[in-house]
Amino acid sequence: MLKLIGRRLIQMVLIILVASLLLFVIFDTPQFKKRLAVQELGGFAVSALSEADYQEWLASRGLDVPFYQRYTDWMGNILTGDFGFSYEKNTEVGPLLASRLANTGILALCVFALMIPISLTLGVLSGMREGSPLDRSITFISVFTTSIPEIATAIILTVVLALGLGWLPAKSAMIQGFDVKQLVLPVMTLVIYDFGYVARMTRASMAEVMTSQYIRTAILKGIPYRRVVMKHALRNALIAPFTVIVLQLNWLLSGVVVVEVFFEYDGFGKLLLEAALFPDVEVVQACTLAAVVVAVTSQIISDVGYTFLNPRIRFS
Amino acid sequence: MAVVTAPPPSVSLMHRLKNPKAAVTIFVIAWLPLMLYVMGGSALMAAIEDLTGFRPNADYILLPAIPAVLLLYVICISAFRESAIAIIGATLVFFWFFIAVTAPYLPLLDPNKPIAPFVPPFTAKNDVFFILGTDFKGRDMLSRTLWGCQRVLVWGVSATFVAYIVGTAFGLIAGYISGWWDEIISFLGNVILSFPVMVLFIVILNYLGASGFNIVIAVTFASAPAIMRIVRGLALDVKTRDYVFAAQTRGESALWIMVVELLPNVRGPIIVDACLRLGYTTVAITTLTFLGLGLQPPDPDWGLMIKESAKTAMLFKFSYMLLIPALSVSSLILGFNLMADGLREMSMRD
Amino acid sequence: MSEAATMEAVQPSTAEIPVLECRNLCISYFTRAGEIPAVVDFNMKLMPGEAQGIVGESGCGKSTVALAIMQYMGKNGRVVGGEILFEGRDMRTMSEEELRQIRGSKIAMVYQEPMASLNPAMTIGDQLAEVPIFHESVSKDEALSRAGKMLESVRLPDPERILSSYPHQISGGQQQRVVIAMALLSNPKLLLLDEPTTALDVTVEAGIVELIKDIAAEFGTSMIYISHNLGLILETCDRITVMYSGEAVEVGSIKDVFDAMRHPYTRGLFASIPVPGADKNSHPLVSIPGQLPLPHQRPPGCNFGPRCEFFVKDRCDVGSIPMVEISNGSHHASRCVRVDEIDWDSTIGAGDESEPTVPGDVVLKVDDMTKHYEIEKGALFFSGEKHTVKANEKLNFDAREAETVAIVGESGCGKSTFAKVLMGLETATDGSVALGNLDLAEMPVDRRGPETISKLQMVFQNPFDTLNPSHTVGGQIARVIRKFGAETDEKKVKARVMELLDIVKLPRDFAKRRPRQLSGGQKQRVGIARAFAGNPSVVIADEPVSALDVSVQAAVTELLMDIQRENRTTLLFISHDLSVVRYLADRIVVMYLGQIMEQGTTDEIFSPPYHPYTEALLSAVPIANTHVKKRKVLLTGEIPSPSNPPKGCPFSTRCPYMIAGTCDTIPPPMVEFSTGHRIACHLPREELAAMEPVIQIEKEPARVA
Repeated sequence: MLKLIGRRLIQMVLIILVASLLLFVIFDTPQFKKRLAVQELGGFAVSALSEADYQEWLASRGLDVPFYQRYTDWMGNILTGDFGFSYEKNTEVGPLLASRLANTGILALCVFALMIPISLTLGVLSGMREGSPLDRSITFISVFTTSIPEIATAIILTVVLALGLGWLPAKSAMIQGFDVKQLVLPVMTLVIYDFGYVARMTRASMAEVMTSQYIRTAILKGIPYRRVVMKHALRNALIAPFTVIVLQLNWLLSGVVVVEVFFEYDGFGKLLLEAALFPDVEVVQACTLAAVVVAVTSQIISDVGYTFLNPRIRFS
Repeated sequence: MAVVTAPPPSVSLMHRLKNPKAAVTIFVIAWLPLMLYVMGGSALMAAIEDLTGFRPNADYILLPAIPAVLLLYVICISAFRESAIAIIGATLVFFWFFIAVTAPYLPLLDPNKPIAPFVPPFTAKNDVFFILGTDFKGRDMLSRTLWGCQRVLVWGVSATFVAYIVGTAFGLIAGYISGWWDEIISFLGNVILSFPVMVLFIVILNYLGASGFNIVIAVTFASAPAIMRIVRGLALDVKTRDYVFAAQTRGESALWIMVVELLPNVRGPIIVDACLRLGYTTVAITTLTFLGLGLQPPDPDWGLMIKESAKTAMLFKFSYMLLIPALSVSSLILGFNLMADGLREMSMRD
Repeated sequence: MSEAATMEAVQPSTAEIPVLECRNLCISYFTRAGEIPAVVDFNMKLMPGEAQGIVGESGCGKSTVALAIMQYMGKNGRVVGGEILFEGRDMRTMSEEELRQIRGSKIAMVYQEPMASLNPAMTIGDQLAEVPIFHESVSKDEALSRAGKMLESVRLPDPERILSSYPHQISGGQQQRVVIAMALLSNPKLLLLDEPTTALDVTVEAGIVELIKDIAAEFGTSMIYISHNLGLILETCDRITVMYSGEAVEVGSIKDVFDAMRHPYTRGLFASIPVPGADKNSHPLVSIPGQLPLPHQRPPGCNFGPRCEFFVKDRCDVGSIPMVEISNGSHHASRCVRVDEIDWDSTIGAGDESEPTVPGDVVLKVDDMTKHYEIEKGALFFSGEKHTVKANEKLNFDAREAETVAIVGESGCGKSTFAKVLMGLETATDGSVALGNLDLAEMPVDRRGPETISKLQMVFQNPFDTLNPSHTVGGQIARVIRKFGAETDEKKVKARVMELLDIVKLPRDFAKRRPRQLSGGQKQRVGIARAFAGNPSVVIADEPVSALDVSVQAAVTELLMDIQRENRTTLLFISHDLSVVRYLADRIVVMYLGQIMEQGTTDEIFSPPYHPYTEALLSAVPIANTHVKKRKVLLTGEIPSPSNPPKGCPFSTRCPYMIAGTCDTIPPPMVEFSTGHRIACHLPREELAAMEPVIQIEKEPARVA
């Protein structure tokens, strides 16, 4: 058990190292450096620049040293808490990223708090009696909602609830400070897109368990049906959804980009996109690294949780 | 359940299409012209002009595709007849497929020509009746919506297809050959999968620049590892079968076993997954285009329509500019997902 | 509670009321294709304390009957006619709550796959305790202590540990004992056993069967024992129902049905299983022609008609055939219209006798062949301790031309590893395997020439796996022919495919079919055709018929024998079934945990001196013949894991003759009794030689005239 966690931790560090290295290699090509110069000095200035001046500019930005050296420097800086400098926003990346991650964290927390109970309940109800009218309608609803991309959900919700009925603000920029009302539309969008997937996973898992031989044993043992479901089925059926839910964090980091951009919510995703379009390299690198760390951590939690929940693996 | 029926013959999805070879041929006839048209129709015509001095109308390329699409639809419907869900899904998908190949022949206004801005749906202006209105630049929404399916379809399907080829190849190698190959491929797969998909897209497209071809590359990077995992799992299962053992003991090469013994037997689950993934890819392309990293103006595309109107259409009376492309893209994705669902249901029954 | 009290009150009269009675029971499944009758007109009367066997091949409806008794038919199944009376009450009229009270307390069931039948996420204690808690409302502590006692009475060691274990932590045999304990906890009136030992090894099976017999005696429980194995029914039951294609075809006492069968199907079934006295040359097996009809393709009239040698047109294929009581008046009935006309004492259609083949030169010589696997625990930077699995340890034997050598052993004995080394998918760690004068031990298949590869071919165990479902039968055979370079010209390849199909007695148009259109037996025939396509000199057959239905097994076995005889091929027959082996092998190699325990000619293996393991194995094999008397040799414990074998003799942990201090520390010496008959055992020669025969035939069974 400990060995497994240890192995996964080492794998995680390896993955983060390789991923960050990849990031660095990508942003180290001559073309990319040129783009940076164009962004910073203006296209005209760059084309007028002599080769020597260009080299000087590179040196001033610290871009002339070989990438492995910069990579180790960068890693070292990050380990000491220095994430670099945002040229676009003219501020330290560390605090910027922290505040944006916190905003996204609030969003994610709300999404999970709503999505988990909804999807598990629907999934279990639906999987308990496979093929029943309830099952069919839940399945259809979940296929339907997952088929509408976040951008479309966001549009429909905005048009109906904000523009049409005027119940909620259309944008979530939170210029006048934190406002719960502004959180509703982004959270709803993400929940509507996400819950169907988890519900379907839960349903599949529950349906499989309900047709298993040990459930037959339990029923033919003369145990009341309620107890068969609560004690025998749920324990086994919820193992798979648990891992799916934790891994949803990874999905959420994807979904959050478009939702934050659409609703102008100042979170991690919007930061990443703005930095990428600018391009603000150090912000992109820091954001991506943060995303990878979150994703890998969620994978570990899901792996360890799976092992812990499943006695077949726990005791072997 | 100890059912009395002898194990019913397992019918793979391909067998349902009565004659897979014919169906595949028809698909190619329907698909290639569309792909050529979208990816380089005018460039090809220019090349012909250089050679012959005569420039044919690029729209002619699509002519053979029109009957092929209709025929393919009939074949699909008859293959899916047991599942109403799959039929609905296929109908949605083929509706857009059909629109894509017939777009030049439909009585539509030029999708890129500004006529009269901010005309609401079902109103006439300047003697033209606009069923779906016009956008903020005055371009006909109906025409833009219908033309808009072309690029997302072509790039979406191409990207998924390439991702599948790469993912399947690596998956077969990792699953069948195992050992170090598996360790390396799986580790690289894990590295890529540890990036949230959208983050990966942003990084790759930011690096490569925004274009259709680069979307194909980005989708391949993002999807191939997941496909690889699925195929690897299937290959690990199939490779324990006695017929693979038999092939090994008669000295077949690894390549032969992977292509002839394994590939046909992992096809079924892959087809279902491919339908789902077509949906994801469509979402990804639309979203990326909305974010400004995907397809570029001026040609119409749903994501682009949303992006362009997002700022101006934030009033209820202009919301049709957002709603129409949003609903269009949703219907296409719904089509893919319903098809996948129906196919899965059918394969489970077999 | 009140119900239990009334039960007490009527106790005296229940002796006459059957525990269970099925009257004209009809069960159907409803699928997309419409109604499929699974069981038709099924009757059964089970008296208190009686054990009733139901025997039949796959798809005959025997498990459906059990689930119908439990009123657990799934979504698609339904009882469409007749009654199921439990202690005189029709279960079909009971409410869900009444059923719940009966299930697990008055009727309990034991299932085919113990592992799948136990909840993987609950401790065994919790699962057992549920029975008394929900049926007798006792406290959890009381329930657990009852569970512990019950585990003791099903002879499980260390009940406390097992109560706190999860199912995957104990072995398959132990799991089945737990399921039996669970069934017995509420002292049921009726115990349903659905193939309870099919998933277990023979020696483990013998222990479970013994336990079941003791239960019947000790608790006085009525039992329904469902099995495809006539031998097991003989050992456990008083009466037997033979089912075929959804119908009971013969019912009677064990003695009547086994010794004076009155239905052609029963007769055919007995003629197609090898019993002592049958052997491949003088008394070949007689298979039932044709195959089982699919449930929706049953013929009119008698379901067995198309396969029956006594079939008479317009009598056997019209109307429904009723069950008729046989005149001797011992509740023996048969579903045959011609029951009074057929001469039941005639020998069943004679199989072709043949001269024993004379073995030629040694073709395959295995010399000290050893295969070890290194397993490293924990990879990626945690270099854990290395672990050696001794899959094969110093195997020595040889096989001659045209000879059949059987390799016998239970799971984990190393037979499949041996096959892999032979086929070149693994290389041996040590020793040699000589085919002719070529050493194959360290030559993987990709270094063998096509000539060598075609010399050594294999027939696989699982018919559903042996052919690639994506390619046609003809294509798969043709590939082998081309690969081995037997023919290159396309026309000749095609001709050869047809020829091979003829040889395995399949219609030529099967070449165009895909495997899913073939039955299990037909697939196995294609597998045989494929193996013989390159004129091999050695064929390894890995349990080629064990997954087939009994009535089909004989035909495939005979086919394999015929082709072998014709081509003078050496056959290595891997099996766990000693009856089959006795029937067809010339020489036998008995393996246990990767080592050869005993080898010799078939006669030598089946008569003393025995290796103690051979002795136990012989005793464990159920034999479907009332005249065979077996000496009981019961083994305790389970087969150790090959990754952690005992130090001395691998069998020492279970051996009844174990000499402490010797057997468990020193590997046994190989003792030679006669040329080729060798036993690896510490026991003194005299003691081995003085062993009594395990199997004795009381008198020559009448039907093998």
